[in-house]
Amino acid sequence: MIRHHLSDDLLMGHAAGTLPEAFGLIVATHVSLCDECRARLMTYEALGGAVLDTEAAALADDALERCMARIGGQEAQPRRVASATLPAPLLDYVGGDLSKVKWKTLGMGVRQAILPTSRRASARLLYIPAGQAVPDHGHRGRELTLVLQGAFRDETDRFGPGDVEIADQEMEHKPVAEAGVDCICLAATDAPLRFTDFLPRLMQPFFRI
Amino acid sequence: MEAHPPSGLFRPPAYVAAQGGMGALRVQDDWVRQMAAVKSGDRAAFAEVFRHFAPRVKGFLMKSGANAAQAEDCAQDVLATVWQKAGLYDPAKASVSTWIFTIARNRLIDMARRDRRPEPELLDQEPEPDQADVYETAQENLRLVAALEQLPEKQRQLIRRAYWGELTQSEIAAETGLPLGTIKSRIRLALDRLRLRLAEGSATTTTTPDFPKDKT
Ligand SMILES: [Zn+2]
Repeated sequence: MIRHHLSDDLLMGHAAGTLPEAFGLIVATHVSLCDECRARLMTYEALGGAVLDTEAAALADDALERCMARIGGQEAQPRRVASATLPAPLLDYVGGDLSKVKWKTLGMGVRQAILPTSRRASARLLYIPAGQAVPDHGHRGRELTLVLQGAFRDETDRFGPGDVEIADQEMEHKPVAEAGVDCICLAATDAPLRFTDFLPRLMQPFFRI
Repeated sequence: MEAHPPSGLFRPPAYVAAQGGMGALRVQDDWVRQMAAVKSGDRAAFAEVFRHFAPRVKGFLMKSGANAAQAEDCAQDVLATVWQKAGLYDPAKASVSTWIFTIARNRLIDMARRDRRPEPELLDQEPEPDQADVYETAQENLRLVAALEQLPEKQRQLIRRAYWGELTQSEIAAETGLPLGTIKSRIRLALDRLRLRLAEGSATTTTTPDFPKDKT
């Protein structure tokens, strides 16, 4: 049961197509797992349809003919992708399922893999061994964390598979992976994290976190 | 940039009748039916869809920052896609306006080199859309259009600007508390429909034993 969902502004931004790619990846992945947020996203797209109806600009007289002239061969229809371990949107970024992730060790068993997105925000997969604390960190921007496997707890609540934590600027928190299953998360942020211990700050550009 | 006529002039007939009832639905149904004809290759039906929606797509693109020439070119392109992908249109899930909006949005992302937009996993499409769903979707779309029209001008403009890409994410966050109660009923409807799909076993499976959904 998913308890922590996407916020309305993220869904509206995704419907409008204006989110940074890394945030869009979180939204698309969560929506692939959560029917409630899928319904909300569909609704914000319907609002986009209503907005489309509010504004019109006249076209050239021959616009229809020119449109028909570009209609060529049949376009390929998109297919659904089925995966063993990852929701479809993530598969594209990882280049396969979980076994294809190229982890880099951060120390104390924590691993990460940066995913290729635009530079407006960064996305990475985080692997935190069961029972292990993620280094205490604050945020200069917004950080979204989606749990893919296992669970973590912090000062605010527990986050299990499918849950999204939305951490804004002021938040300093200390997430700890639950005992039992190793925790894998997808995290996206629009600012570099500042670790207050665990990693010397100077090394952050090197790790791109 | 060309001067825009006041938006009220282009209010779709659907809205005019939205408060009146059945006439509005007929209009929405008409677009659904036109799309079914387009799907079977009817060029006259497509010409009607084009005449109604191409100017709206062009208006949307210009408001979203395209110049008149780009918007004209891109609107023709979007409508060409409408013809080509007509078979993918599912009237139980989206009104024709909504579906065309998503095509225009995706084309705009490419054209303006905006950030790539990852797509959620697709749901299976029903071979034959449920007529009650089609009706509900059309009706809810009218309610949304009407709700948007009835908002105070300042709020209406804020929502439109969010879709034109004129608001930052934090500005959107500050505005999503807007009193658009219709959104809530539309969400409930979409959710009921998804639940129905699940019950019928036609929804996509996004999880596996390796990737269990939380049971707590
Ligand atoms: Zn959700």
